[in-house]
Amino acid sequence: MSDALPANNPPLNHPEIRRLTPVIAPGHTYESVTATISDVVIKRPLGLGWFAGFALAFTFLMVLTVAVAWLIAKGVGIWGINIPIGWGFAIVNFVWWIGIGHAGTLISAILFLLNQKWRTSINRFAEAMTLFAVACAGIFPLIHTGRPWMAYYMFPYPSTMGIWPQFRSPLIWDVFAVSTYGTVSLLFWFVGLIPDLATLRDRAPQKWQQMIFGALALGWRGSARHWHRYQSAYMLLAGLATPLVLSVHTVVSFDFSVAIVPGWHTTIFPPYFVAGAIYSGFAMVLTIAIPLRKAYGLEDFITMRHLENMAKVMLATGLIVAYGYFFEFFMAEYSGNKFDVFLVNQRLHGPYAPYYYALILCNILTPQLLWIQKVRRNIAALFVMSLVINTGMWLERFVIVVISLTRDFMPSAWGRYSATVWDYATFAGTLGLFTTLLFLFCRALPAIAMAEMRELVAHTSKDHD
Amino acid sequence: MQHREAQLYGVMAEFETVRQFLHAAEQVRDAGYKHMDAYAPFPVEGLTEALGLGRNKVALVTLLGGLCGGLGGFGFEYWVNVISYPMNVAGRPLNSWPAFIPVTFELTILGASLSAVFGMLALNKLPQPHHPLFNVARFKRASNDKFFLCIESHDPKFHLEETARFMQSVNAQHVTEVRDED
Repeated sequence: MSDALPANNPPLNHPEIRRLTPVIAPGHTYESVTATISDVVIKRPLGLGWFAGFALAFTFLMVLTVAVAWLIAKGVGIWGINIPIGWGFAIVNFVWWIGIGHAGTLISAILFLLNQKWRTSINRFAEAMTLFAVACAGIFPLIHTGRPWMAYYMFPYPSTMGIWPQFRSPLIWDVFAVSTYGTVSLLFWFVGLIPDLATLRDRAPQKWQQMIFGALALGWRGSARHWHRYQSAYMLLAGLATPLVLSVHTVVSFDFSVAIVPGWHTTIFPPYFVAGAIYSGFAMVLTIAIPLRKAYGLEDFITMRHLENMAKVMLATGLIVAYGYFFEFFMAEYSGNKFDVFLVNQRLHGPYAPYYYALILCNILTPQLLWIQKVRRNIAALFVMSLVINTGMWLERFVIVVISLTRDFMPSAWGRYSATVWDYATFAGTLGLFTTLLFLFCRALPAIAMAEMRELVAHTSKDHD
Repeated sequence: MQHREAQLYGVMAEFETVRQFLHAAEQVRDAGYKHMDAYAPFPVEGLTEALGLGRNKVALVTLLGGLCGGLGGFGFEYWVNVISYPMNVAGRPLNSWPAFIPVTFELTILGASLSAVFGMLALNKLPQPHHPLFNVARFKRASNDKFFLCIESHDPKFHLEETARFMQSVNAQHVTEVRDED
């Protein structure tokens, strides 16, 4: 440091002060970290707030079961889809949910490889969020097939018909990408949980808790030899999950860009889909983190620094997304392809223009407030911003799916799309599934990785050892 | 006496801080003990070196798993499209390999990840619900805030009293015998 800091009145905006803003509040020991995080699971009684929230989430989950049961009974005709708009809400929601999952993997894998210590206290529930979002996402293509009991046709199994899936089709790539993503996310999450499950086994007061956590911990005893292999496996998984997460939304974007439909057939799709996925995912992490840290007194571990860093990631990925929107316009005009030119003008002036303007407002204009530090450090503002961005990213997928399908090459083939009550019920139902799983998760498993937090304590208190 | 020997697993020492723990691990290694292990609530930096552990095989297992996934994935797609059910789609080549890459890639990652996790567990001999160390009540804190070193009884240099005295001399907070009470 060339310029010394004044001792009596430290400038809070000084870069050095901000660099040193802790990722864990001072004064914590191994024991205090373990106790704070594990007591939420094994000691703390379920409060009225938890029951109220869970009941609400569970109600929406029941809405999902009704909506899906009715769909299976009647067929996809209960939705607003019809030729030429065969995709509708199901695909919009699929892309939205799978995108949300991406932030969890980014936090747990990419930030791990980049040695970003601040990821430690948010990676566990961000990974849980990934799993639950992938579960919600997976429902949509499954029920959109119309005959979900035939979905196994998409997997290559030796059938008596002697035929195989079409491996040249992006839809089959999608099956492999999403199922691999779900599997690897689950593995990554579970491997991270093993030492924490051992901690819960050793601390749980009740016999049944000890037995459940004991079985799940696989007999983990913290041996140095085990840790050695464990760290190798964790590092390798992070290295494998990083290209995987980039490939998943790339493959999802191939579902669109490999087709020749105007507005879809463009090479900007893979990178801008990936950026959009991370954008919406970080917004969802904030939506969850802000109430979670408040409800369970985890402000010492999920500090202002975490919230501010996530806001910065949102700002950066939001700008990449804005660049993507701009280039869709630019390439359409520059190519001179009349269908592409017409399509981008339809976004501005067509029947769905209000959705497009709402999208620009949510995804490009509002997030510019994040340039201001006061906004990044205002928890209420961040929470509202995260909801706005999630809405914006949903609108983006709606604009992509619906506007292109309603206005393709021949005016005689044009159509209109409007969602029915069952479309909305299914979407609201998956929100219910997602929140139900989150409510169960935050009381059944440690929401913050305890072993990694202890490592952080060891690093920050090295001089006092 | 023979019976008692069979039940003895080793001598375990408990430490309060990372620094004492690492220092003791080095001393135990330098004293010539071979069969020992250290237990910590988080991966301690420098412990691998202090115990003199070499490279592990997880990366190799992962590489093999990834190769199986990738080659198997591409090989399967080739077999399906060229040998098992050749089908002319708009005159495209049967082996349209660029279109096979996404699935090949995903299966590479899947094979590597599965073998990284299950390989790590298998090399660690987990799951293993029973272990003599779990008989020691204090060992519960190995998953919380204490660090342990255990010299196992099948070490050629092991001698119950001498090893226990040696453990005291490396500043252990507490030294106990570990027995397998079957």
